[in-house]
Amino acid sequence: MAVAVSSRPGHRWRDRIPVVHQVRQSVGLQRGMLVAGLLMLLVFVLCAIFAPLLAPYGFAQRSDAAGGFGTQQPPSAAHPFGTTVGGYDVLSRVIWGTQTAILVIIVAVVLAIFIGVALGLYSGYFGGWLDRILVVVFDAIYAFPSLLLAIVLSIVISGGQSNLWGGVLAAAGSITVVFIPQYFRVIRAETVRIKAEAYVESAKVLGAPNRRIVFRHVFRNATRTLPLIITLNSSEAILTLAALGFLGFGIEPTAAAEWGYDLNKAQSDVTSGIWWTALFPGLAIVFTVLAITLVGESLNDLADPRLRGRRRVAQSAGEVAETSVVPGGTLDAGPGGLAGLEDGETFDEHGIEVKR
Amino acid sequence: MSTVDTAPSSEAPAAARPRPKAAGGGFGRYLLVRFLLIFPTIFILVTVVFFLARTTGDPITAAQGGRLGPEALAELRAAAGYDRPLIVQYLEYLAQLATGDFGRTLTTNRPVIEVLTTYGPATFELVFYSLIVAFAVGVPLGLYAAYHRDKAQDAIARVLAIIWYAVPIFFAGLLLKLVFAVWLKWLPVAGRASVSAELQMQTLPNPTGFYTIDAIRTGDPEIVVDVLSHAVLPAIALGLLTAGIFLRLVRTNVIGTLATDYVDAARSRGVAESRLLRKHAYRPALIPIITVMGLQIALLLAGAVLTETTFEWKGLGFILAEFLESRDFAAVQGIVVLLAVIVALTNFVVDVIAAFIDPRVRY
Repeated sequence: MAVAVSSRPGHRWRDRIPVVHQVRQSVGLQRGMLVAGLLMLLVFVLCAIFAPLLAPYGFAQRSDAAGGFGTQQPPSAAHPFGTTVGGYDVLSRVIWGTQTAILVIIVAVVLAIFIGVALGLYSGYFGGWLDRILVVVFDAIYAFPSLLLAIVLSIVISGGQSNLWGGVLAAAGSITVVFIPQYFRVIRAETVRIKAEAYVESAKVLGAPNRRIVFRHVFRNATRTLPLIITLNSSEAILTLAALGFLGFGIEPTAAAEWGYDLNKAQSDVTSGIWWTALFPGLAIVFTVLAITLVGESLNDLADPRLRGRRRVAQSAGEVAETSVVPGGTLDAGPGGLAGLEDGETFDEHGIEVKR
Repeated sequence: MSTVDTAPSSEAPAAARPRPKAAGGGFGRYLLVRFLLIFPTIFILVTVVFFLARTTGDPITAAQGGRLGPEALAELRAAAGYDRPLIVQYLEYLAQLATGDFGRTLTTNRPVIEVLTTYGPATFELVFYSLIVAFAVGVPLGLYAAYHRDKAQDAIARVLAIIWYAVPIFFAGLLLKLVFAVWLKWLPVAGRASVSAELQMQTLPNPTGFYTIDAIRTGDPEIVVDVLSHAVLPAIALGLLTAGIFLRLVRTNVIGTLATDYVDAARSRGVAESRLLRKHAYRPALIPIITVMGLQIALLLAGAVLTETTFEWKGLGFILAEFLESRDFAAVQGIVVLLAVIVALTNFVVDVIAAFIDPRVRY
């Protein structure tokens, strides 16, 4: 998983491996949630990797040697999850769907991190007119319902074509644009904070060039909150992809398996009491989002000294500085994770920046 | 109320500044600055949406691409003015917007603004009902979880909140429909009212479009029950998602305030635990919730689009999905811009309320 991006200063080598460090740090319920989330993620990733072996049929397969699958067939031995209105095997599409989901997460998050972090570093370190413009523009985008923006973008990017890469790129691209402001805000705020730290000043005094300061001192310290946002964004990426699919911007069933598309097609089934076409793709989404959210929520709790459990954590608490994007400190950033992160930021939104 | 005006009187008229604050700017000034900020926000959103939608194509190519020959396509584009330089189109679009014209739909050739008056009330009603559900469920559970922090009750409430977040709203809707409408037959499957009730409400003079109001106006209790029973499932689907967010917010904030010195002080004075929670910890914890409502509106609108599609609730989201289906991208762009304006305005109202309640927000 992308969680592996971290530069948290550790005491021993094993504390430096991001997730291991957190598992060791956590206690009680938090550890339970974190471990459960990690296990579920593992299942998800394994499903995606071994989809060709696990799935009984292809995602676009409607018939086998024994003839056609038939449409809307209830679960049976040949089709444990039944078949869809289009005559596909539900189980196979659920399993193949993990590949699409993981592809979209990777493309979307990598793109958003790359662009968001670069812009945030530049904006926070150098300031100037570009910084002001970016802040205002991203704040405006940030306050806007991301799904609507994703809809507009998927129209633009896909323009009606819906092969695998067209669809994946459309979904991932539209999600990326929605995520960039989040990375931008966090990295920029951290950069502004770090810029004022003594070690940056000493580097300046020593005559270090800006490039070295930005990459060596600022970047490595500003990215510490990233794993958290990455997990939260990944779960939102899945939800956005599914929502786009549900609204009819899905990837064609012959190109790839996508859970949102299957749910869209299952809508009329539900009214006539056919439950298997909606239940299983839906549960797949829930399972995946739940896995990522559990991990993200636990990481968020562990990063917030006030919410972190007790005991052993207290020793290493000093490491994690408050993320200054959240005005009023971590009081507003809840274990709500994404919600928590978004939420506290109303203060400095709309161009009214945090001036402190 | 105002006695001495200490703030420098430059921009805001004195009348709009009833309460000068020592710490930077009064409420009146905040109101003014915040109001003026609406315009750049809308302007930026409009610009972003316009250029995003137009850099790689135009609505007609996107809608008809592949179906028409190049000549026919060029003809259509020229007729709609999409062949002119982008900057000219952009300026024209801005001028159009300034007069309150959000464009016309391609398929039905109606002004987009008409869509708002026809479908807006339904969305408003849905959001309103779901907010009731969210408050009724989220706030008490959040308090409960915070008070029993790290105990089993807390664990259950938190896992519940995560699950609510993890279930896509349309999947929750489909499940609710399946169980309560199709299997148990307790509630209607979809729509805002049954056909007969809808017909009766249309006979009213000047129907408002708010079915709850219209139903009460008919004076027929059966119609009121009919309308309300249609709203139950959509409101729960959308409300629970928001309830999860409220729960987490209340929980975190109450835990935060419970750890403060003044709560300790109150406890040592012998203030009862229940009162401590209700009066000392709960009130200050509510402030962040109100301040984040602005962002929840954006989330609720996105959720409403999906909920409406699931339940065939004929609101803005439903019609947006219809236009998407028919590839009427001019209409989609118009509605998205319209929603951007609504979001900007609601954010303004929410921020003003937040600033009114919490003086720390004013800068």
